Amino acid sequence: MTTVATARHPYIEALLQNYETPHGGVSWLNERRSAALERANSLAVPTTRDEDWRFTDISPLTKLHFQPAAEAPRLSLADLSHYFIGEAAGRLVFVDGLFAPDLSATDDLPAGVQVSNLAECLKNHGALIEPHLARHVPFGDNLFAALNTCYLRDGALVRIAKDLVRAAPVHLLFVSTRPEIATYPRCLVIAENGSECTVIEDYVGLTDGVYVNNSVTEISVAANARVRHVKLQREGGGSFHIANCGVSLAKDSAYASHTVTLGARMSRHDLNVVLQGEGAAARIDGLALISGRQLADTHTLLDHAKPNGKSVQIHKCIVGGAAHAVFNGKVLVREGAQLTDSAQESRNLLLSSRAHVDTKPQLEIFADDVKCSHGATVGQLDAEQVFYLKSRGLSETRARSLLTYAFGAEIIDRIPVPSLVARLERIVLDQTAAQA
Amino acid sequence: MIKADAKVLLEVRNLSATVAGVEILKGIDLTVRAGEVHAIMGPNGSGKSTLAKALVGHPAYTVSGGEVLFEGKDLFAIAPEERSRAGLFLGFQYPVEIAGVSNSAFLRLIYNTGQGAHGKDELDPLEFDDFVREKMKLLDMDPNFLDRSVNDGFSGGEKKRNEILQMALLEPKLAILDETDSGLDIDALRTVAGSVNRLMTPDNAVVLVTHYQRLLNYIVPDYVHVMEGGKIIKTGGKALAEELETRGYDWVVEEYRKQESRPGSPAYAESHL
Repeated sequence: MTTVATARHPYIEALLQNYETPHGGVSWLNERRSAALERANSLAVPTTRDEDWRFTDISPLTKLHFQPAAEAPRLSLADLSHYFIGEAAGRLVFVDGLFAPDLSATDDLPAGVQVSNLAECLKNHGALIEPHLARHVPFGDNLFAALNTCYLRDGALVRIAKDLVRAAPVHLLFVSTRPEIATYPRCLVIAENGSECTVIEDYVGLTDGVYVNNSVTEISVAANARVRHVKLQREGGGSFHIANCGVSLAKDSAYASHTVTLGARMSRHDLNVVLQGEGAAARIDGLALISGRQLADTHTLLDHAKPNGKSVQIHKCIVGGAAHAVFNGKVLVREGAQLTDSAQESRNLLLSSRAHVDTKPQLEIFADDVKCSHGATVGQLDAEQVFYLKSRGLSETRARSLLTYAFGAEIIDRIPVPSLVARLERIVLDQTAAQA
Repeated sequence: MIKADAKVLLEVRNLSATVAGVEILKGIDLTVRAGEVHAIMGPNGSGKSTLAKALVGHPAYTVSGGEVLFEGKDLFAIAPEERSRAGLFLGFQYPVEIAGVSNSAFLRLIYNTGQGAHGKDELDPLEFDDFVREKMKLLDMDPNFLDRSVNDGFSGGEKKRNEILQMALLEPKLAILDETDSGLDIDALRTVAGSVNRLMTPDNAVVLVTHYQRLLNYIVPDYVHVMEGGKIIKTGGKALAEELETRGYDWVVEEYRKQESRPGSPAYAESHL
């Protein structure tokens, strides 16, 4: 007798054991969910034998079988107000994955800026959402994106109408309050032709317990539009943060990404930017500041599909304690993407002898008239700089923390939200002082 | 100005120091009293900069013998940052660039650290801004240098002005200025020298480390020391510097060798054992 068993990984088995397709969904979404469920059931759980996960062992994560929260604790505005951003015109807050209308603020949004809970828009704005959802982050070979799509519930929808510029930033705040919960945050940003916006995607942990955040963010930038995207990861110390972000750039559009990674025990950030239209431009800034036993893995892909594209990337890691940072940055220039101009830099600062960084810049070029550069450095604080500061009366600790801060300042200072710059400067100074 | 009864700020006794295991300083003696200006001259590689760096505690320089008292206390018993707070200052020959730290934040930080160490009031950013701009005017420094990163992309002359600006903020008891004149054109030299002269009081002192006599036309030394081979081989007054300018260093070295090889000198005894 033979049994044909689908040998599902116990992790997937446990995650999906109680899975039911949410009621009342729209048909196109239900189809995508079933497809995602099928993929989640058949895709292998990545291990360090997979090239894309070589340096990041997720086996601790696969032992956690947390389910989404059915309800969230009631938080007051005062509980969260110190996370709010003064410049923001609109704010959506999600607590343990659930939309919290009482904590959100969308009244001051200018006409043409839509900021709402994705779940509530599926029926009325299906025609707007359908062409984008699960299209910019495909789940066909991405287990975590597939899981997120199965469990897609509340999420953020940001839409900027055609030609609308100078709008104030939108703040999307995802708060985790309790251990032993899995959340599946979802963001969809649609910038229509010629529009401009700044979106701050912000993950905050109020518990040091173990929880899992598996997020998917999709950003569509139409022709001549410009999106600035700040992603701030300050999850709790015991958490796992897996994020997939996909960005599609149409003709002559521009995208600037500022990712700051501070929290979580283990984090993985995948950012795929496709320059689909001619003359698109992307600037990708990243800073990971980690210590203790943290692991922060950043994978980026800059996919130049059409001619005259431009991309500039700087990724910096500041690694203390026995922490481990990973950077894999691939620049792909497809056949026909002539006159692509791309520069990539990976710079890493190790603050202790046990700190570790793996950096892997990758260039794949299939066009013959392009300008591409990349480089990587790994180093320690400059002893001459430390001495110079000490010779002016600063203590060793102060000197080291100031220099560590300065290393990260280049990334932080370019964030287009002044109050966030000031707050991050303080966070980084405090953290580097604690490590120095 | 020489006053025999002035307080001794720095007393260097038979100091030797090594860099990467090689002995560079071979027994330096030097006494600096309050109110005095000393110039240390000598050919390249004579050990002038090593002396300056060893005194402020640069980690690449290892003291291998002798002792140094600063206001009567063992200088080598305290860390570089404490030497600064005690009133010792080095104007670097090659000031270090620090990208990412704004010059204004850096200057305020070192000023307030010094103030705090002496139990004096610190200045908030607005107060400090007024204060430092006044100091910069005296140095003929463009206020734009406040907004730039510390020494980052500064020309040689701008870096040297920034060193003297730090000296003006910290008001050290003893300032060692290492080749401060290099990279300065004649106008800049005059401005920088003017600032140093203004900072001189009967209670502090300056040691100028310089290759050329040019700076000494503007900051007039009470003593001129000539270094060669890790030793001070001759000490004189202002006139010695002028003589060095016209005659070079060779004759001093020659004179020293003759003197050392005379019967009775330690070198003679060593070579005739």
